[in-house]
Amino acid sequence: MAGRAGSGAGMVEGSRWHKWVFFHVPLMVFVVGTLFPFYWMLVTAFRPDGELYRPWRAVNNTPFWTTQPTLEHAIYLFKQTMFATWLWNTMFIALLSTLISLFCGLLAGYALARLRFPLAGGLGTSIFVTYLVPPTLLFIPLANIIRDFRLGDTPWSLILTYPTFLIPFCTWLLMGYFKTIPKELEECARIDGATRVRAMIQIIFPIATPGILSAGIFAFTLSWNEFIYALVFLSSPQQKTVPVGVVSELIRGDVFFWGPLMAGALLGSIPVALIYSFFVEHYVAGLTGAVKG
Amino acid sequence: MAQVMMKDLNKKYDEVHAVKDVNLHIRDKEFVVLVGPSGCGKSTTLRMVAGLEEITAGEITIGDRIVNDLPPKDRDIAMVFQNYALYPHMTVYDNMAFGLKMRKFPKPEIAKRVGDAAEILGIQELLKRKPRQLSGGQRQRVAVGRAIVRHPQVFLFDEPLSNLDAKLRVQMRVELKRLHDRLETTAIYVTHDQVEAMTLGDRVVVMKDGWIQQVGEPLELYGKPANRFVAGFIGSPSMNFVDVTVADASGALWVETAGLRVKVPPALSGRLGAYKSQHVTLGIRPEDLRVASGSDSADYSFDTVVEVVEPLGSEILLDLKAGPNVIVARVEPTVRVKHGDKMRLALHPERVRFFDNKTELAI
Repeated sequence: MAGRAGSGAGMVEGSRWHKWVFFHVPLMVFVVGTLFPFYWMLVTAFRPDGELYRPWRAVNNTPFWTTQPTLEHAIYLFKQTMFATWLWNTMFIALLSTLISLFCGLLAGYALARLRFPLAGGLGTSIFVTYLVPPTLLFIPLANIIRDFRLGDTPWSLILTYPTFLIPFCTWLLMGYFKTIPKELEECARIDGATRVRAMIQIIFPIATPGILSAGIFAFTLSWNEFIYALVFLSSPQQKTVPVGVVSELIRGDVFFWGPLMAGALLGSIPVALIYSFFVEHYVAGLTGAVKG
Repeated sequence: MAQVMMKDLNKKYDEVHAVKDVNLHIRDKEFVVLVGPSGCGKSTTLRMVAGLEEITAGEITIGDRIVNDLPPKDRDIAMVFQNYALYPHMTVYDNMAFGLKMRKFPKPEIAKRVGDAAEILGIQELLKRKPRQLSGGQRQRVAVGRAIVRHPQVFLFDEPLSNLDAKLRVQMRVELKRLHDRLETTAIYVTHDQVEAMTLGDRVVVMKDGWIQQVGEPLELYGKPANRFVAGFIGSPSMNFVDVTVADASGALWVETAGLRVKVPPALSGRLGAYKSQHVTLGIRPEDLRVASGSDSADYSFDTVVEVVEPLGSEILLDLKAGPNVIVARVEPTVRVKHGDKMRLALHPERVRFFDNKTELAI
């Protein structure tokens, strides 16, 4: 019966059976596949150790939920490790490197989008090419520079190296956004009595707010989650960032402190999640671009 | 209030020579329209006056100052753009006040000027809105308002009506003209629409390929076009052109081609004498043709066949063939003809124009 109804209608507006097979089931697989690791993180973060190390075959094993949620792992994190310091470090480093990159990206993106100067096209391309150099290669020469400037094991080693990939990224995103803003707006402002810089700051930047927010959020997230530079350039525990600190201090040899690890991952991802949800409307507008004059 | 002078003005981009030796004297309080097909250099010329394009060679004077090296903000001009260029993040009031704030006018003065301009344009109740909440016509008014609050020396308009629909365009055209009569500010207006040019301009400058073709009052351009391009560009439907040979017969000059033979009007026979047995272009406007009656001289009429009939209500446009030549005639709405009919047309002898085939200049 279902088959008959399905053959009458099209694929999308087909029978329930069709919808389930081609839409609901794949969607559920996707959703579960994407969200399950987060769920596992959440459950493990609140699971007491006794439950965590219970064998699979045990009669009272409940792998997908917990019967006695506890905060002991979070408390352990803050009492026994330097997690608070790591959070603070990560925040400080991510904020500063984002600000530096946004500032440079704004100016460079504006110049590439608006000013006519020799080699503008070539410069744009070469900025993009530097973004393509993989950090796993770039950290070798950068480590040399960091050592020569005696910045090793300080937050500045990261604040100054993150822009190597953040600036090209911000520049390109913002250049694209500036190009969608009609140039007449700024020409009009210049006729109205503004200098080029003033027109840029009072007219173009406010209109580009969604684009600037997107670039900022992306840059912040990238530096918040960055691992390899942080691992290489920082060595003492009190200097570490969350991703490196959690991994290096809570995995000792072959012993994994799963509870605190997961609690650390959870607490570390909350700020990013908050920022995303707070700016999501601007952020989506920034990605889809387009300003109407 | 100021005059604008352009002296040997040139603009070259890498490959393109966009504006060539433009010399123009725009008098105080005059409304001058630059008109021409796209790419003729009219917008570039305007943008050089505004200071948005650098001048490759030549000189621009506004008032009594040479402005070549002045940034746009110091030229005391205001410009209205085709896409309105309203600042989307500001209210209408702030849009109009922006230029005054930049020039550090006191607040009460700003409020007064914006209020006055809003009243002139009938947009008082829109002052608190954002541009995206306005219709096309309202945005246009705000853009004009932003230009007039500053009382600049010169208004520059870059195709300001092109984004409006046909009806609104006609209405805004009239309003702009009224506004100019009221404010008496020198204005330079760029358009590709010859109707706008003819109706708005005290004088019209026709441009093509970077060159000025002709400068003159609207009716002068219409009546005495300097060359074939101007003759074809001004007027709608455009002038008919027929390639003809000048011939001498029975003591008078005639021009002829297959399917068409008319006498050269006496006023022109002197100048056309030099072209005996050469080709020239005959130009006649559709409105200078009429259905021949018995009283029309055979010397100034010819036979045609009707190809297409376009009744417009107030008039009928006829696409006709005289031999191989396609001719458009504008006739009275009472004329009843249909495809394939034979028809004799008479032309207005004083309104016939001739153009040199090589130089395209009027003879």
